Amino acid sequence: MKIAIASGKGGTGKTTLATNLASFLSESRETVLVDLDVEEPNSGLFIKGELFFQTDKFKMVPKWEKENCILCGNCQKVCNFNAIIKLPDHVMVFSKLCHSCYACSELCSTKSLPMQPEKIGALKHYKTNSLNFVESKLDVGQEQAVPLISQTKKYVDEQFQKKVIKIFDSPPGTSCPVIEATKNADFVILVTEPTPFGLYDLKLAVETMRELGNKTGVVINRYGIGNDDVIDYCRKEKIDILARISNDRKIAELYSQGKLIYKDNSEFRFQLEKISDYLFLREA
Amino acid sequence: MKIIFTTTGLDWDSKMDPRFGRTEYFIIFDEDKDELTSYDNTAIADVAHGAGPQTAQKMFEFKPDILITGNGPGGNAARVLQNSNITIYIGAGNMTVKEAYDAFKNGKLRIY
Repeated sequence: MKIAIASGKGGTGKTTLATNLASFLSESRETVLVDLDVEEPNSGLFIKGELFFQTDKFKMVPKWEKENCILCGNCQKVCNFNAIIKLPDHVMVFSKLCHSCYACSELCSTKSLPMQPEKIGALKHYKTNSLNFVESKLDVGQEQAVPLISQTKKYVDEQFQKKVIKIFDSPPGTSCPVIEATKNADFVILVTEPTPFGLYDLKLAVETMRELGNKTGVVINRYGIGNDDVIDYCRKEKIDILARISNDRKIAELYSQGKLIYKDNSEFRFQLEKISDYLFLREA
Repeated sequence: MKIIFTTTGLDWDSKMDPRFGRTEYFIIFDEDKDELTSYDNTAIADVAHGAGPQTAQKMFEFKPDILITGNGPGGNAARVLQNSNITIYIGAGNMTVKEAYDAFKNGKLRIY
């Protein structure tokens, strides 16, 4: 079962929920936590395990070979991402802009743009007593998160059986990386805060998830600040509110120490139980 | 000498465009012929990524000797421009085209 934890707004508590929920669920079921926020993975601050496996990750990009090139400019014409520029006497490839579609390479009549791998980041797989934890991190200067996210999901699919619970800590926002991280999820938990900012971005996230056909529920974090507009919105849109996590200084203190909250906070643990019941009793 | 400016309009009194890749227009001044021409680059607004190299490539076609702009080209555009003999002057972002030309003539602009 794949559960993605996403949000429109950044800083609402995705990682707090993902790390705590994964650890909590792993006490009773086989669980893997996957940090797909590859531009800034930080689940690892809260999950300390032993390194089990690591590997570099690559994307395919064209490399110009000038020997047979007739400078026809077709490569530039077929590139939808402006990753190739044909100049009077040579061809330049901007690999950071390349989406690995192979069009330039396949359609080159002189085979002057063979594809070759370029390193974009690394994947690490850790194990704790009960939990598997996989995280990927993009190299500095790399702009595209999507290929690394999809390769990380593929690794998880290959390593773990279908019945294993997979918690995907997703990037914030509603752009391509979020879509890659949440697509094909069995359920998406949207974490928000009860403020106008939280609501505005929640609406964007809900619309995005609907477009993808994902089932969604909402967790309200820092409950007690702001107003009731998020609750009214969820009611109107018939979106279930799975849990409400109080705006509690003690939670912030545990977080700041890199600790899992539910182990020291019974109210937080109760909210996780509610989410777990919702996800698994409903399924059964 | 041929001088190219990144601009927001089509004549000497137009404001310069401080941006390189996303400049709205270029003005090309051919000193030898005393001739002013322009190029409409506004379609670049629809390009999500890679505007810099595109604009640099367009500029190549005019074969200028000098480029006068504001902030200077970004990394990708600079890589394209390195393949030319264009000398780039920056710091003219807040001037009119005429002022930028005078500043260049008086050695007041920085080489990129």
